[in-house]
Amino acid sequence: MAFISSVKRTLKKVKWKRYTSYIVVGAWFAVLLLLDLFGGLNDTGSRLMMLAAVYAVLAVSLNLVVGVLGELSLGHAGFMAAGGYIGAIVSKALAPSLPVAAYFPVSMIAGGLAAAAFGILIGVPVLRLKGDYIAIVTLAFSMIVFTVAQNLDFTGGASGLKEIPAETNYINAFVVLIIVLVVIQNFTRSKHGRAIMSIRDNEIAARACGVNITYYKLFAFTLAAFLAGVGGCLYAHTATVLRPESVDYNTSIELLVMVVLGGMGSMTGSVIAAAVLTLLPEYLRFLQDYRMIIYAVVLILIMVINNNETLRRYKDRFFAWCKRALAAAWAKCKTALKGKKKAPAPAAETRETLQAPAEFTEVDETALDERERKGEK
Amino acid sequence: MPILKTENLSITFGGLKAVSDFSVEIEKNRIYGLIGPNGAGKTTVFNMLTGVYKPTAGRFYLDGEDLTGKSPIYINRKGVARTFQNIRLFGKMTVLENVLVGLHAMNKCDPFSSILRLPRYWRTERELKNKAHALLDVFGLDGEAEHISSNLPYGKQRKLEIARALATNPKLLLLDEPAAGMNPHETGELMETIRLIRDGFDMTILLIEHDLKLVSGICEEVTVLNFGTTLAQGKVEDVLRDPAVVTAYLGE
Repeated sequence: MAFISSVKRTLKKVKWKRYTSYIVVGAWFAVLLLLDLFGGLNDTGSRLMMLAAVYAVLAVSLNLVVGVLGELSLGHAGFMAAGGYIGAIVSKALAPSLPVAAYFPVSMIAGGLAAAAFGILIGVPVLRLKGDYIAIVTLAFSMIVFTVAQNLDFTGGASGLKEIPAETNYINAFVVLIIVLVVIQNFTRSKHGRAIMSIRDNEIAARACGVNITYYKLFAFTLAAFLAGVGGCLYAHTATVLRPESVDYNTSIELLVMVVLGGMGSMTGSVIAAAVLTLLPEYLRFLQDYRMIIYAVVLILIMVINNNETLRRYKDRFFAWCKRALAAAWAKCKTALKGKKKAPAPAAETRETLQAPAEFTEVDETALDERERKGEK
Repeated sequence: MPILKTENLSITFGGLKAVSDFSVEIEKNRIYGLIGPNGAGKTTVFNMLTGVYKPTAGRFYLDGEDLTGKSPIYINRKGVARTFQNIRLFGKMTVLENVLVGLHAMNKCDPFSSILRLPRYWRTERELKNKAHALLDVFGLDGEAEHISSNLPYGKQRKLEIARALATNPKLLLLDEPAAGMNPHETGELMETIRLIRDGFDMTILLIEHDLKLVSGICEEVTVLNFGTTLAQGKVEDVLRDPAVVTAYLGE
């Protein structure tokens, strides 16, 4: 019993909020594994899940620029393209002579480095600009990459780079997603991430605190480009044919939608939004022609609900209510179980029933108050 | 040797002489006031001393080292920290994180140790968090360490800004209108805090202020600026009785 209570105590000390993204991805992965084990995952399904994981990697890397650094980048697909093409070319060259486990990581790192090189190349001049200009220049960059990829021989021209080994499966896609999440979150929750967020919040004050603005902006931008390159490489090995159209500015905008939908700076949000926005259009196929309309309406509704103060308050209240109801139900279950187990201990039992819900409601209400205060501000 | 010495510090924007021939010598451990009507060039002096503006003429020395025209980061590392007239906190970050950004230069952890969570990361992080908590404790903010800084009440935001400036381990602290927007009770508290910083941190403080009660209460010496020129300089009692100063503040 002492052991269990000590475990309980340590579990209470853990700041769960820090690990939500890992928990979400882990749970998603576990469900997929179970489905696969019992034959519930067909080819289409696993391909969709791979795509969702790939887009989650890309969205999370874009979130580093948009949410953490606070600069609008409309050219993220450009980095994805650089990583995708270079990674695919490397794997095509190495595939005949090396086993998958050896060449796939190599090509991913090569793709990442190629994208990072572009990141530095673009970042040095661009990050001296402010706000909207960065958006325009990054957009131009992705269009240049698109045109170049369409016209070069080694990228396969307009018909695309073909016969890329199909080495992505949902397992390695999720492993990469977890690694990317660890890298980004460890980075943002350190001195470096704090410096980058301080630049986002107030550049003048950050400089007065001795933060080297140019260095940290470039660092964040390059790291995001590297991870986008890794994501692009993963994408190339999912699609097996890399066409310029699949990495044009439409993709950049889609990624941006995922980041905004999931919440700026929230990695968990980006992962969930990437999954929803990749899976939703596919699972709405039964609606045929109305599919994209429904998709757009859902998108607009989510955005409106997230950004409207009143609606958001109702949403928060609804979630708080759900939480309270769950807590109450849980407490009831607990007492019911306890009552069956050891009936002759009524004193302890009543204390339990009184304590558990009170504790939960207290937590909920303070959280609610805080949100409401924020909402009213 | 004075901690801060400026020689004829001047700056012009286009044809406008914002500050001309600003010369002071501030001894260690003093609280020095910089006063004057609106638009007199007080904040411009601060911006020159922190490297935000490059002076067009004149030089300034911190502890004997010439820092004229150096970058803000370099000047900050050498020991000049400031607060801002309109509070500039990192609004979406927590109170603790704000102070940790102030401790940025002291954190020698490299990106790879941070990403891989090597022992070095944990060591520096623990050390600096302890330091930050100790600093917040001095200002009575430790209870709110995990709050988002923009949710703090106004007076506490001012205190947090001072704490963040002190975290950079300065020799000279520049306070830009620390009492702006405070009621008399809060101003009294602030005066205590400023004295406490001077004594506890062995600090030299240069402050801009409009509240003459605060200035005469804690400053040993003052300089009065008007239209960018130095109107009077010296002991507080003498300067505030100077007819030229009275005219500048109250009119003919």
